[in-house]
Amino acid sequence: MSDLLKAVEAPENPNIPQLTPGDVVSVHVKIKEGNRERIQEFKGTVLYVHDNLANSTFTVRRVASNGIGVERVFLMRSPRIDKVVVERHSKVRRARLYFLRDRTGKSARLKQKF
Amino acid sequence: MFKGILGKKIGMTQIFDETGLAIPVTLVEAGPCYVTQVRTPEKDGYSAVQLGFDEVKPKRLTGGEKGHLKKNNLAPLRFLREFRSKDPQVNEGDEVKVSLFAMGDMVDVIGTSKGRGFQGGVKRYHFAGGPKTHGQSDRHRAPGSRGSGTTPGRVYKGSRGPGHMGDDRVTVQNLKVVFVDEERNLLGVRGAIPGPRGGLVMIKEARKQ
Repeated sequence: MSDLLKAVEAPENPNIPQLTPGDVVSVHVKIKEGNRERIQEFKGTVLYVHDNLANSTFTVRRVASNGIGVERVFLMRSPRIDKVVVERHSKVRRARLYFLRDRTGKSARLKQKF
Repeated sequence: MFKGILGKKIGMTQIFDETGLAIPVTLVEAGPCYVTQVRTPEKDGYSAVQLGFDEVKPKRLTGGEKGHLKKNNLAPLRFLREFRSKDPQVNEGDEVKVSLFAMGDMVDVIGTSKGRGFQGGVKRYHFAGGPKTHGQSDRHRAPGSRGSGTTPGRVYKGSRGPGHMGDDRVTVQNLKVVFVDEERNLLGVRGAIPGPRGGLVMIKEARKQ
């Protein structure tokens, strides 16, 4: 890839650790309300990590109230992400955990990896 | 005022604006260009500015090209392109740099689209092709009818059909300048522009603002 392209792209966010599918993470997102800025947490399971340089993203799924699943795709280098905290790793055997979408309750659990 | 520059397409990426939104950007290594000739209505019948871009070894140019550039004591330049301009206000030999453009400007970008070779009507003009099922054979991507029957008894010139696709001059209008770097001669426009990476593009002030 051209060095000139790299020079223009946003730098990597040092507050995002290496993520793997199955991680339970808490994403701290900066939100602007009027001229006030606050931080909102989005906590859930990483379903997929799209590793593509400046265009890298990761998908986080959380189950909101009433059992409604909410998924958000974050851009790795977005200036809106304050930091990402990994709370636990899970033992998974695939790169995309989309099967979790069809599961609820006990079957939606992942085994913890230490 | 004349506002135009020649450049080389580098590629696409995305950058973030001040609100944190991701913007698709095409980077162009634009300039430094030199005004190689100013066309005037008195002498040439129209007014335009001829720019030269991309310095090369002298042996890459023909004698005529060298002589043309020598008039203004310019280095050997690979590309010469003309921009129409009613009131140029530039002189021959002037340098044209990216600083001519500022962030937020609207520009038109002209390039040569990627060549696709000889293509059928389905790809080239989005013909529907034939039915995929019901006993069809060899008709799946056929062009179908190209016109009327006995009258006129021929295919009109200019009718759409298979043929060479791409490698055409393409203009994309009203792209926003989102990035200017004078030091590295870089210009970033929002969205895609025609041509392959490394292809020559002309950038000028948008006609329809």
